[in-house]
Order: sequence, then C-alpha cells, then structure tokens
Amino acid sequence: MHRVLGDRRAVAILLGPALLVYTLVMLVPIGWSLGYSFTKGNSITGFSWAGLANFQRLADDPAVHDALWFTVKYAAVVTVGQVAAGYALALLYTFYLKKASALVRTLVFFPVVLPTVAVGLLFQKLFQVAPQTGPVNSLLELVGLHSVDWFGSAGSSFWVLILMDVWRSMGFYAVLLFAGLVDIPDEVLESARLDGASGLRLIRHIVLPLSFPVLMSSAIFSINGTLKVFDSIVALTNGGPGNGTTPLTLSMFQTSFTYGEYGYGSTIAVLLTVLCLLVTLVVFRVSRRDLTKG
Amino acid sequence: MSVDTPLRTAPAHAVRKAAPRRRPLRGLWARILIGLLVVVEVYPLLWMFLTSVKSNNDYLNHSTWSLPTHWEWGNYTEAWTTGHIGLYLRNSLLAVVPSLALVLLMGAAAGFALQIMVWKGRSLTLLVFLAGVMVPSQMILLPLFTVYFRTGLSGTLWPLILTYTGTGLPLTVFMMATYYKSMPRELFEAATIDGAGILRMFWTISLPMVRNAILTVGLVQFFFIWNDLLVALTFTNSQDLRTVQVGLLNFTGDFGATQYGPLFAAICLNVFGTLAIYLFLNQKVMKGLTGGAVKG
Repeated sequence: MHRVLGDRRAVAILLGPALLVYTLVMLVPIGWSLGYSFTKGNSITGFSWAGLANFQRLADDPAVHDALWFTVKYAAVVTVGQVAAGYALALLYTFYLKKASALVRTLVFFPVVLPTVAVGLLFQKLFQVAPQTGPVNSLLELVGLHSVDWFGSAGSSFWVLILMDVWRSMGFYAVLLFAGLVDIPDEVLESARLDGASGLRLIRHIVLPLSFPVLMSSAIFSINGTLKVFDSIVALTNGGPGNGTTPLTLSMFQTSFTYGEYGYGSTIAVLLTVLCLLVTLVVFRVSRRDLTKG
Repeated sequence: MSVDTPLRTAPAHAVRKAAPRRRPLRGLWARILIGLLVVVEVYPLLWMFLTSVKSNNDYLNHSTWSLPTHWEWGNYTEAWTTGHIGLYLRNSLLAVVPSLALVLLMGAAAGFALQIMVWKGRSLTLLVFLAGVMVPSQMILLPLFTVYFRTGLSGTLWPLILTYTGTGLPLTVFMMATYYKSMPRELFEAATIDGAGILRMFWTISLPMVRNAILTVGLVQFFFIWNDLLVALTFTNSQDLRTVQVGLLNFTGDFGATQYGPLFAAICLNVFGTLAIYLFLNQKVMKGLTGGAVKG
C-alpha cells in the first residue's frame, strides 16, 4: 500500500515534467534576472559586470521614483475602489436581490472576462474629444458642461484609468465577496434584526466583521494584481502623457526593450518583485493578527 | 404566560409594521441603482457594437449617440482581412491551445503527486510552486528573451507556448492539489489492494473524477492566457506571429487611426468572442475565476 503511493519512480513521472518546466521557465530566470541586475549591456552587445551601479542608479533615478509612486498610488486607489464597489454590489446581491441576483451577477461579471486591451481601446474612445466627441464628453456637453481632454494630463488620465479598472473588475470582487456573505448564517442576521439592528448598523456591526476574512483576501488579491498592472495602462494611455501614468512594470519594459538596458531593467524588476512580496507579507500579517483578535 | 406572550409578539409586530413603510422607498432606490448598473455595464458594449457598423462619415460627422445611417457590415471583413484579425486569431489559438493542454495535464499530474502520493518534501515542493503566483512576469522576461533569441526559437510561437505553460503552472498545480485534497484516499487504497499501479490510478481513476475541476481551472487559464499582452508583446517580433491582443494594440497605430469602423469591428470580434464563451459557461467561469483568486 505505502509502497505504491510512495513509488518514487511514479512521483518522478507525474511531477517531473511540471517541475522541470516550472524550474526552467520561472525559477532559473528569477535567479538569472537577479544576476542581470549586477550587469550592464544586453544579449546583443554582451554583458559586463557593473557591481551595485544599477542599484545606486535606482536609488537616484527620478523616473523610477515617479513610477514607484505611481504604482503604489494606483494600487492603493484601485484596491479600495475594486473592493468597495465589489462589496457594495455583494451587499446588493445578498440583501436586496437575494435569489433573483443571478442575472445581475452575470451581467456585472461581463467585463471581467473581456480582454484588457479591447477594454482599454474602448475606454479611449468612450472618453475621447477628437476626432469625434465620445459618449462621456457628449454627456458632459448635454448637461451644459465643457468637454474635457481626459488624456491631456496625467491627473485626468489617472482617474479614467481608475474608473476603467474598477468597471472591469468590480463584478469579480462582487462575486468573490458575495460568496463570503452567503456563508453568514441566517440565524445570526435574524437575531441581530430582532435585537433592533437594521440597515447600515446591521452591516457595520454584524456583516462587516463576519465578512472580514474574505474582504482581506480580496484586498491581498487586488493589491497583488494591481502592483503588476500592465495591459490596461499600455492599452489606455501607454504611460502618457509624458511619463505621467507609467507604473514600474511599464518602466521596466521600456528600459529593457526600448533602450536595451537589460541590467537596469532587471533591477527595476527586482524592485517590483520585492514590492509584491513585501506587500503580501504585510497584508497577510495584519489580517492574521486581526483574525486572532476577533 | 399570559404576560409573556404580548411582550414577545410586540417587537415582531413592530418589525412587520415598519417594513411596508420602508420597502417602497428602498425598492425604488435599489431599482434606480440596478437600472444604472445595467446601463453602465451594457451601454459601452452596445455603443461599441453600433460604432463597429458605422461608416467613417457616420462616425465623424454624426452625434456619438446616433444610430448608424446604414449598417456597414463591410467593416468586419475589412478588419478580418486587411486588418489581419483572422491571422492574429489563428496565432492566438495556435499558442493558447497547446499551452492550455500542457498546463492542465502537467498540473493535474503534479497535483496528484503532491497531494495523493506520500513522500518526503512534498509540502515544500507545493510551497515552491505557490511562491510563483506572486512573482511578476517582468522578473522572468529578460532571461527568457535571451534564451529564446540564442536558441533560435524567436521566429516561432514556441516562446509563447513555453512561457504560458511555465507561468500557468503555479496556480494550476495549487488548484489541482486542492481538488485532490477532498478526494477520499480510501479510493486509492482500495485500488491498490485490487492491484492497480499508481500511474493507472492517476489516469483511469483520478482524472475522470477531477473532470469538473479541470474544466474550471482550464477556463481560468484560458482567460489568463488569451488576454495576456505582456508575454505576447515581448516574444512576438514579427506581424506574422502577433496574437490577437498584440495585433489589436498595433491596430490603433497601423490603420485604426483613420479607419474607425474596422477598428471597432476588430475590438468587437475580440470582445464578443470571449463574451460568448462566458455566457455559454457562465457559472463555471465565475466559480473558476473567483475560486482561483481566493486560493491564489
């Protein structure tokens, strides 16, 4: 019995291919990339040792500082937006629509499966001014306001980006959080109602604490995804105007492939990876501590 | 008891009385909210579709709200042929289908070896796989680019297939292992007593049992791979190799800047394709994507 389930040859046959591919495509390149960060040059010109020069440059590079700041700002705002909009929808599903929510859930989930590039191009056209006034600006004109050149400044581009990403993903977080809310036992809600809690008070004192774990895992998931944002920004603004909407991911891509600086590009990638790991660890610890308290 | 009864019914009565007073208002607000939600979700897609059948003149000289004066279906043929969307879709399929098959087969096998089989170091191995979920793709792009360039794989779709398989494995292995966890181990013990080898058990007993899980994980990976831009953008250097996402991105520059109808038609083809899959398998897609999220 144990001999069969512990058969080493079978383990090798079953696990071997996956482990091999995973090692070759991910583990080795991660280490390799780390090695690149100590070099100068690229695969065409060849590499030379640069020591800590790239890290020094990283510390002083205003463009990278801007990209880092943008990434953090973007991740924070989108995470709050996604999870808050998702939670509001989940509450709507659970407490108002109840069993009839399937249709609305399906509908609001639509954008989640759509290719980000297509959504980015669509939003570009929805918010455009020229050559044709898009629906959003037409609506502004309709209510007597002026058209806005949304992609003319980094500030307004940022908000279009936020709006797009919340639109794109709120259905996803709604379903995720809905699953958490459905798990709350009816008896708990019923007894809270009998004790006089209703509406917002019921949500604040009963529903929110009980759905805290799933809110936390949504937040971790959202932060991890938003720190890696690439597709939606490339499709919507391509980092512009100027470098106004360039996150670390795009900055790394441009440094490496537009300017052919592999070493420095890798250093930016290392920064991004450390950021992802750090944030995950911090959020994980915070959520754990709170869980033991509650 | 006679004192007790009215006291008990009183609060319940009050609740019942309060309810009808509030509900119409709450219902109205909720209805407005839902109506707004429907508009916000559906209108952009509807607008996109209507614009895809407008002629350039319609698009530039008429209000953005207006319906097309005549339905210009030619935009679709234009996007398909002159815009190369047909070619891009073919490339996407050629990259996605083998990656998906490899990732699912390897992932299911690895999940089985990690969860059902008994050996030292399996929880550590699972952890090593799981760590891959957090690593951004940017960290592996440059070494892979160098290798593909040196080995001469750059002019083919192999870089995409290999990269998608590798990056898809962490989540797939982890999700498959979770599914195997809930499978009764007695089943495999009984099969062992009946004399089945472990590989046969994997293939004939466990695989059919995780069929649903494979469909779910497969959908998650399909959407991830199909919608990917970063990997495809990095490893496809010629137009003949572009996937549909890269093609669409370049569409704006190449030809979509003046030809709005075909641009929208190309976006529509991409959007309504994935939407059709979603509507067909709706519950499975939702469960799969969100399940993958929590476990990831």
